[in-house]
Amino acid sequence: MTPPAAEITIALAGQPNVGKSTVFNLLTGSHQYVGNWPGKTCEQKIGVYHLDGAAINIVDLPGTYSLSDNSEDERVARDFIIRDNPDAVVVIVNAAALERDLYLLAELLLLPKPIVVGLNMLDVARQNGATIEPHVLQAALGLPVIPMVASYGEGLQALMAEASRVAQNPLAQSPNRPEIRQDHQQVLDDIQKLIAGRAPEPYPVNWATYKLLEGDAEITALVRQQLGADWDAVQAILLQHDDAFLAVASGRYEWIARMVRAAVIRPKAGQFTLTDRLDRVATHPVLGLLALIGALGVLFWLTYAIGAPLQAWMETHLIQAAAAWARQALQGAPSWMIGLVADGVISGAGTVLTLLPILMIFFTGLGLLEDMGYMARAAYVMDRFMHLMGLHGKSFLPIFLGFGCNVPAVMGSRIIESPKARLITILVSPIVPCTARLSVVAFLAPIYFGANAIWVSWGLIALSLLVLSAVGVALHELFLGGEHTPFIMELPLYHAPNLRVIGQGVWQRLVDFLKTAGSIILVVSILLWALSTFPNGNIETSYLAWFGRLLAPTGKLMGLDWQMMVAMLTSFVRKENTISTLAVLYGGHSAGLSAALAERLTPAAALAFLAVQILFIPCVATVAAIRQETRSWRWTLASMGLLLGISLLAGIGIYQGARLIGWGM
Amino acid sequence: MKLTLQNGHANRLGLASQSLGDLPSGGSGVVSGLNGGKEFSSRASALGLTVGAEVTMVQNFGHGPLIVTVRGTRLALGRGEAQKIQVDSR
Repeated sequence: MTPPAAEITIALAGQPNVGKSTVFNLLTGSHQYVGNWPGKTCEQKIGVYHLDGAAINIVDLPGTYSLSDNSEDERVARDFIIRDNPDAVVVIVNAAALERDLYLLAELLLLPKPIVVGLNMLDVARQNGATIEPHVLQAALGLPVIPMVASYGEGLQALMAEASRVAQNPLAQSPNRPEIRQDHQQVLDDIQKLIAGRAPEPYPVNWATYKLLEGDAEITALVRQQLGADWDAVQAILLQHDDAFLAVASGRYEWIARMVRAAVIRPKAGQFTLTDRLDRVATHPVLGLLALIGALGVLFWLTYAIGAPLQAWMETHLIQAAAAWARQALQGAPSWMIGLVADGVISGAGTVLTLLPILMIFFTGLGLLEDMGYMARAAYVMDRFMHLMGLHGKSFLPIFLGFGCNVPAVMGSRIIESPKARLITILVSPIVPCTARLSVVAFLAPIYFGANAIWVSWGLIALSLLVLSAVGVALHELFLGGEHTPFIMELPLYHAPNLRVIGQGVWQRLVDFLKTAGSIILVVSILLWALSTFPNGNIETSYLAWFGRLLAPTGKLMGLDWQMMVAMLTSFVRKENTISTLAVLYGGHSAGLSAALAERLTPAAALAFLAVQILFIPCVATVAAIRQETRSWRWTLASMGLLLGISLLAGIGIYQGARLIGWGM
Repeated sequence: MKLTLQNGHANRLGLASQSLGDLPSGGSGVVSGLNGGKEFSSRASALGLTVGAEVTMVQNFGHGPLIVTVRGTRLALGRGEAQKIQVDSR
């Protein structure tokens, strides 16, 4: 979707943890257009804000600490400002971490764009004992500085009014710009002379010179191409000053120190803040783990205490009631039409609807932990363990949520900033056995393994986690070349959660889920209903059964008949379908389903079936969530193919292995 | 690529130069060098760890990741990363 054309386009920049997304959400509310950056995997959000009747497009840039070429996020942010020519840049800074946050502003000031500074989180700075005078900072910077407490809506309007004003007078600003550290000024001038008039379009010469000194690979390659034989002279200087990066960075912080000197009154050193006290527990290697387990325990308890009963209630009182009512109302209509409405549409809509309470609880929990600043601590505590799986510490929470339900696990991966790490997390999350899959195991395992069923169940969970680690490590090697991204992470200050901000986040995610995932789930439910009904209303002679028979040779490698393969296929809509399908296909056995199943499968085949079942393609709701989060059918299909391959391999491996050692045949 | 200032200067002033990972909890010092290649230096700098920055160790158990404060913010970093940062401590 593309937003409507507007007179003014403003780029919204800021480092992580400055409240930028709060600013964006409160400004643009429901007028948001989400897409991909052209040719990139990361999400592009554009929102519309109305000021005195005029529409302003706000482009939310990825939150980045700088504008280097170290990550896709940073390249996306800088390319937008340089190539797409926004009318003004609004940079949000966190007053409680002002010195560090102004680093991004120091980089932005190299680009010839009007800038407005949103001095946000003044309340958090105040709570931590710092006093900041916005007008003093404004005088020092030579840029408009708007005091803000975005979470309470303070300063938002003033920010946009100022942004609109500077966008219309682009030449009026003459800010105080940072310079390179004194001892490298000559080097900068020399290179600038060499590339003057020949910097690659549309990059400004001054900016390109700084990037050369920083050792920026992208710009270096471009300038080199542009200069041809003249590159040697530039390269000679750069080689002599391969420490120039430090001079550039130091120059920026020296400038920052001058800017904030008069504007900030710091708290006395040695004062213990709330963050110090809480972190003594939250980041402790032992206590921190206990705190994390406690937080997750509460989240899961809420899910089972409120979410699950609510889900069951909706299932009987809404979905089944609606289906019964539809059957009644359609009396006399052709049987396929009754089936379509009752078994296709209503059951599909039911899947979507009954997921909502659980998603709401998980998203609220995640939002609360994130907004309070706890999420970074959880990542810190778990980072060592997750690295063994080729994953980042922040992947832990979404993946752990997967034990409840894979859908919030996939959607929860949004808290991971790096696009590659996020993609890896999305791809491995569906391997976690969710409650629905475990319930199928809990039903089938006792039939074949009696008292040993509990060990089989634990074994299957262990198998899943083993596969998850193997896939995680393999994807890590594949995407990141096994490269170890430096583990340096900010731990933001704790602050009281803002319910309005969290509520809006939860609402937005639910709406997103209903919009994208809802329609996919509905379509697949109807499709599967049709396949199992047509051509003559009997599942045993349906298209689905025909397809199951087609898969019989593969099934045979695992000791499974076509009915089991069909049961597996129907689990695509909801995992619990496995059992109900088997009940239909093996129906008519006098001693009931358990006896029929015990008769049909050997223990080895049953074990293979359970392994396939637990590693199989996730349910359609999870697939829809994957599609929504990756915004790519290619990755969605790749994920399904990956899991299909792994699950079948595991099943065949187990059955053939058992055959070799002569167990359970 | 190696990026360090001369440590001799620090030593003459009676300061001890050591890696950030060896700084005990509660100790503080001034960053005197980053020895980790371009991407590492660039990331560390953007987060506030540059030559001349004052750092205070908040948590260092002698193994595993550690926590420091620098330029008014808290950073968690891996032990490997901390070994690449040189500090002059008092």
